[in-house]
Amino acid sequence: MPAEMLLLLASPLAGGLALALMGHRRLAAEVNAAFSAFTFAAAAALVTRVVADGPFEALQRQFFVDSLNVFLVALTAFVAMTTALFSTPYMRVEREHGRVTDGGMRLYHSMYQMFTFTMLLVLTTNNLGIMWVAMEAATLTTVLLVALYRTHASLEAAWKYFILCGVGIAQALFGTILVYFAAEKILGAGTGALLWTELDTVKGQLEPAVMSIAFVFLLVGYGTKVGLVPLHNWLPDAHAEGPTPVSAVLSGLLLNVALYALIRFKVITDGALERPFASGLMMGFGLLSVAVAALFLSRQRDIKRMFAYSSIEHMGLITFAFGLGGPVASFAGLLHMTMHSLTKSAIFFAVGHATQKAGTQIMADIRGLIRLSPTVGWGLTLGTVAILGLPPFGVFASEFLILTQAIARAPWAAPILLVSLGISFAAIFGKVQPMVFGEPQLPGLRHVSRLPHRPALLPVFAHLLLVLMFGLYMPPYLAGWYRQAALLIG
Amino acid sequence: MLQHYGPQLINLLASVMLLLAFAMISQRRIISLINLFAAQGFTLFLSTALVAWLTGQNHLYGSALLTLALKVIALPWILHRLIRRLNVKWDVETLINIPTTMLIGIVLVILAFNVALPISLLAGTLTKATLGIALACVLLSFLMMITRSKAVPQVIGFLSMENGLFFAATGAVYGMPMVIEFGIALDVLVGMLILGIFFFRIRERFDSLDTRHLEKLKEH
Repeated sequence: MPAEMLLLLASPLAGGLALALMGHRRLAAEVNAAFSAFTFAAAAALVTRVVADGPFEALQRQFFVDSLNVFLVALTAFVAMTTALFSTPYMRVEREHGRVTDGGMRLYHSMYQMFTFTMLLVLTTNNLGIMWVAMEAATLTTVLLVALYRTHASLEAAWKYFILCGVGIAQALFGTILVYFAAEKILGAGTGALLWTELDTVKGQLEPAVMSIAFVFLLVGYGTKVGLVPLHNWLPDAHAEGPTPVSAVLSGLLLNVALYALIRFKVITDGALERPFASGLMMGFGLLSVAVAALFLSRQRDIKRMFAYSSIEHMGLITFAFGLGGPVASFAGLLHMTMHSLTKSAIFFAVGHATQKAGTQIMADIRGLIRLSPTVGWGLTLGTVAILGLPPFGVFASEFLILTQAIARAPWAAPILLVSLGISFAAIFGKVQPMVFGEPQLPGLRHVSRLPHRPALLPVFAHLLLVLMFGLYMPPYLAGWYRQAALLIG
Repeated sequence: MLQHYGPQLINLLASVMLLLAFAMISQRRIISLINLFAAQGFTLFLSTALVAWLTGQNHLYGSALLTLALKVIALPWILHRLIRRLNVKWDVETLINIPTTMLIGIVLVILAFNVALPISLLAGTLTKATLGIALACVLLSFLMMITRSKAVPQVIGFLSMENGLFFAATGAVYGMPMVIEFGIALDVLVGMLILGIFFFRIRERFDSLDTRHLEKLKEH
């Protein structure tokens, strides 16, 4: 196994163990950030290697890296690192406000690393069975994090998260068994029949009837984790009630990783079936998610809940793009995955600081952020403008591509998308604008406190700068990389 | 002799699995529910071992032993300990009355058989008839999770769903590769431990394990 690959997986695993042993010592947060930074360095090295030598398999083909997963590995490691930086002061403040116990801090740091590990394992494994195991492990590592505050609402959210995702993932296991069943006939029993690269070479011979049933189970299973409507119920609760860094990685990373699993199965299913069965299902679910999330957005009072619904909307849009398929739509889907990940985590960072200052997550009680804390206010405003798809940010580019593709190739879907995007624009902008620029109200003002630790705003603006860069100028090698990955999806 | 009756025996064990799934749906007492879950695990162990012996698939013995250790011994033991520690002995309330639940269960079984039929036709294994039953077990456990309002029965439903999935794996493909089975077992075990912690937190917060307390988070 190449050293970069080994380090990439070993670093978060070792971090998880080390932080569990280290407990709540003073520097635990810095150690957490250091491990995440190291993981990112390993990911960067892996990217250089893949760019130079092309895709490769490792450890008896159990792991593999191609242009599709390497870009998600880089994204995951990057956002995991910046979130760790953001969470350093954030979680200290939470600790000092008494919302988290010392034991809770130990759990948080250790599970944060383990969660990163499980996501990277899902992304790099070639074995569809291991992919399932790691995905389930990702749920398990985050269940206790969602319940970290031990409040009524957070326990409820974690319970819902566990049960719904547990049931969902069980459906995905049934789907995986069916895929193995179909593959075993051609590749013979044993681990070989679960390797994605093997399946990819024989996908034309797989039994279509079995593969179509399998894909339905897989879509329901992994779709629950992506947050596709009507399986999305756990998502707003888990995002609103968990600590903000956890919301940021759930939204920015976990949803992507689950969607990645779905894409891998879509490629095989498309190969086995002559008709666009998987694509149709993904387009349908995606469109439904966009429309339903847009309708729910305007009814939200809690800021984290609102942005959670916005995540459902964007994941729906990406799922739709992959369902539409073809080089341009898949390219747009991948780009939108990156843009959403960066923008949404930046928004959650800003929201985290804003709610900590205001002492509430209820939007009506937060007013005049721009006066109370200009940097947080501007961070939230720019993040919101970016996620709403206004130029010159990168989200505009990817949404524009998806929309033009929809108009050209699925004209019936275009009006639904346009109307939904319009509704969500009005809903989100209408709520964030007074929060930032409104007159500070008395009750709001009273709660505003000077935080004992300086908020880490660097991650917010670093993310937004990247998103801006993608909107204004996309370096040719990055564009080529996305194009290559899009070709894999088809 | 056994070789000759083997396939019939497997079908018999499959029907026992289904019967136990129905028994779990209709059981009100929580202790009996755990025992039924252990019995279902034991049936799964027997059928896996039998398939291993009949087909000479040696890795299935490993899977059978894993089932025995985890589903028959470890998990029921943890559950019994948990409810003793949490001191919950109540009868389980159901959200829908039991005869109705049973009727819905029958519909689910018919549905499962219909979905599994095209796949069973393609299967070359001597256990192919069991795939429908396995899917039925999964759906019945699902039904149990929906109709029970207490946390512990919901978890038993979740675990019994895993039983159904393992049964499907044995029935359709003579089991998944061993690495995967270990991985799944590990996930189930870790999940159970996390839930153990979770039960105590729910109770410390609500003084009860009724998940109907967990219905505050709704859309306004």
